[in-house]
Amino acid sequence: MLSEKIIKQLQRIVGAEYVSTAKADLICYSYDATQQQYLPNVVVHPGRTEEVAQLMLLANAEKIPVFPRGSGSGFTGGSLPIAGGIVLAMTRLDRIVEIDADNLVATVEPGVVTEQFQKAVEKVGLFYPPDPASLKFSTLGGNVAECAGGPRCVKYGVTKDFILGLEIVTPTGDIIRTGGPTMKGVVGYDLTKLMCGSEGTLGIITKIIIKLLPLPEAKKTMLVLFASIDGAAQAVSAIIRGKIIPTTLEFMDAATIACVRQATDLDVPESAKALLIIEVDGDREMIDKQAQKIAAIVQPLGVVETRIAETSAESEALWQIRRSVSASLRKVNPDKFNEDICVPRSKVPEMIRKVEAISAELGISIVNFGHAGDGNIHVNVMIDRKRPGQLEKAERAIEAVFKGALALGGTMSGEHGVGIMKSPYINLELSAEAQSYMETIKKALDPNNVLNPGKIFLQR
Amino acid sequence: MKKLKRLDEYQEEIAQCVKCGACRAHCPAFGAEKHEGRVARGKIALADALLKGEVDLEDKFLLDMSQCLLCGSCCAQCPNNVPTDEIVAATRREIARRRGLSTFAKGVAGILSRPELMNLLAKSGGKLSTLLFKKLPQSSGLRLRFPAPFISADRTLPSLASTPFRERYPEKIAGAAGRPTVAFFTGCGINYMYPEVGVALLKALQFIGVTVVIPAGQGCCGLPAVSAGAGEVVEQLAEQNLKALTATPVDCIVTACASCHAGLGKVYQDFGAEFAPLTANVKDIFVFLVEQGLVEKLAALPKAAKRMKVTYHDPCHLRTQGITKEPRAILKALPQVDYVEMEDAGTCCGLGGTYSVYHYDTAKKIGAKKAGFIEESGAALVATDCPGCIMQLQDAVNHAGQQQRAVHILSLLMEALEEVREDK
Repeated sequence: MLSEKIIKQLQRIVGAEYVSTAKADLICYSYDATQQQYLPNVVVHPGRTEEVAQLMLLANAEKIPVFPRGSGSGFTGGSLPIAGGIVLAMTRLDRIVEIDADNLVATVEPGVVTEQFQKAVEKVGLFYPPDPASLKFSTLGGNVAECAGGPRCVKYGVTKDFILGLEIVTPTGDIIRTGGPTMKGVVGYDLTKLMCGSEGTLGIITKIIIKLLPLPEAKKTMLVLFASIDGAAQAVSAIIRGKIIPTTLEFMDAATIACVRQATDLDVPESAKALLIIEVDGDREMIDKQAQKIAAIVQPLGVVETRIAETSAESEALWQIRRSVSASLRKVNPDKFNEDICVPRSKVPEMIRKVEAISAELGISIVNFGHAGDGNIHVNVMIDRKRPGQLEKAERAIEAVFKGALALGGTMSGEHGVGIMKSPYINLELSAEAQSYMETIKKALDPNNVLNPGKIFLQR
Repeated sequence: MKKLKRLDEYQEEIAQCVKCGACRAHCPAFGAEKHEGRVARGKIALADALLKGEVDLEDKFLLDMSQCLLCGSCCAQCPNNVPTDEIVAATRREIARRRGLSTFAKGVAGILSRPELMNLLAKSGGKLSTLLFKKLPQSSGLRLRFPAPFISADRTLPSLASTPFRERYPEKIAGAAGRPTVAFFTGCGINYMYPEVGVALLKALQFIGVTVVIPAGQGCCGLPAVSAGAGEVVEQLAEQNLKALTATPVDCIVTACASCHAGLGKVYQDFGAEFAPLTANVKDIFVFLVEQGLVEKLAALPKAAKRMKVTYHDPCHLRTQGITKEPRAILKALPQVDYVEMEDAGTCCGLGGTYSVYHYDTAKKIGAKKAGFIEESGAALVATDCPGCIMQLQDAVNHAGQQQRAVHILSLLMEALEEVREDK
């Protein structure tokens, strides 16, 4: 519980109507996509950077934990108020401040929804490529804090590759700017990159300066069905060796295809044990050639069938297959643990075989799909929580999958972050020294541990 | 007849919400207010907390539960198909069960079952004025949607028909031999506010030789009562309509109101197998007209020399049932129409039954967005397939200071058919 005095001070800072301690509001800001629930003491909706700074000054002085929140759509609990305190909902800061077509730079507030920003820049012929699956509802602030990825990252890179500068409120209540609207800048440490993926533990993002690209003229989508996962994986390497970097290279394994087939009227022959959805973009005359070239490159690798979309409706139909995966999985099994390991892309087939072995050994269903182009595999451990022993098996499987990915030179999270869900496993990936180096930064910047405490690192 | 499901019977559906947040992209109420309590995910968490006894019926809880248009947009986009509209409606009934109906909902409940009051009002009134409604707190099904004491003075309201549609016509209007027979469920909007839409529907069916039955015993579909949490009224109206609409054998029951279509076709499914002859037989008028080959007949007409630009607004209660192509097909085939698609034609207009009464400010914000898309489309008319949407769209356009008119597609269809007659 926070004292009446603190609540009054919060009301003075942001306005009474933007501070709530009503139980209904606390419930509404208690969860995220991990489905875990922690009630905060108060929900605050700031409207300006200065309000955020004043609030942090107060929170730091009074040692009240603060949990910044965008859309609450994270998969690792980054926004969960695990220690009560203040949920700082950033949704009111949702202006696109400027789109500068001369310099290919935009400035936005953190509460702007990713897709709405993409639509706005595309209207003036510009392009913001990062496309996390949640782009229709996740915010840019959350995307930066978690360094979100997405299918297009294979060609264009992840969120941090598009962030030129930030305005942040520090855990002690200062307002600072990192980077700026220039393409180059080497004065001082690269705090912009440090903030990207810091999961809201080092500062609260209040403004984002974003690099844009010219919008490609056209894109072309194709679906390639393979007789084996090896064929699909070899195809990925072969395409890249062929000096083509597609915009997206999404794959689905046999178990995923089976799930989708069971849940929808997917028209894919039984002989297809893996598939790739490949998209290329660029000049109109170029992409037709690229699509043909890709089709030729992959043909010897056990291709069952290749479908190239000729219209945008056909392209949409191909993407619909990929989009139907999540719902289909749940129809087959009620509970899903969605991990997002990443391995060097040449190691994808080996990783899939490891996962298949883990699945067979533990006798639980694991399906794999994801971004084959950059080795980022969504490993979905499917169980029914209600059946005894299943949860334990899932936990064992997840640990084995992480170890497997690390042994191949990979990482346990390509895009979801650590939050609270993966912190129990952080020792597998980070040495004690590396963790200590990071924690030293956290302690120096947030001496009272008030900003998003309990995230990333194990509580010692 | 089975009863409407209680909130505790939705536990399984509630558990299916995985809190992914996808509904935030599709909820019109959330789009206007950006508060988690407005969106499906928040409401499901609250319904769950209510069932577990973790939250009381505090003001914020009631506000959040009232902030839902029951448009079904979230359900249609939910990866787990969680029926949030049904869960919210069940929560409203649960609130009514625990605390009794609100004064407003009581008014709704009392009135819906007594259509004679609305007829009386229509005959004596002519113009629907706020004042008149204030004097007559116990009026009709319409009052459920637009109860006077809550009506904002700046709301644009259509005139009330001096003679309700159903009183103007016999119960049966014979068509050509060997052609289908349909029952016409008028709904309150057409019966009292837009009788000309009903007239247009009869013209269209006459044109293709269809026999029309207008069952006299029909009442309100009950959707406003669903929205108000007045479960018993819904059940009572459903029983009344079942009797009225299945008394005469027909090939199908047509509606020209998206909400009525959802009321009869979807809500009534909860009442069990005895309602199947009704629910399975409900058809939107344009689905029926397309099946009957009207598109081809219209396409054969000579294009008018002077055409107007018309865009289409998808009523939520049709879009979420997958009915999007047929109304457009008819519109595009009309000889006097140049069809243009507006951006986000499928987003809610902001009416949401009783929603716009409680939350006119939010409804206006939602409507303003829509008005912007209508303006950008360059259309002179925005056509749709729901009297409620027509009212809200016209209000939104007026508030934006724009010139477009909101019309029912049937009105445009009648215009085209009259042209044909004059040519002859």
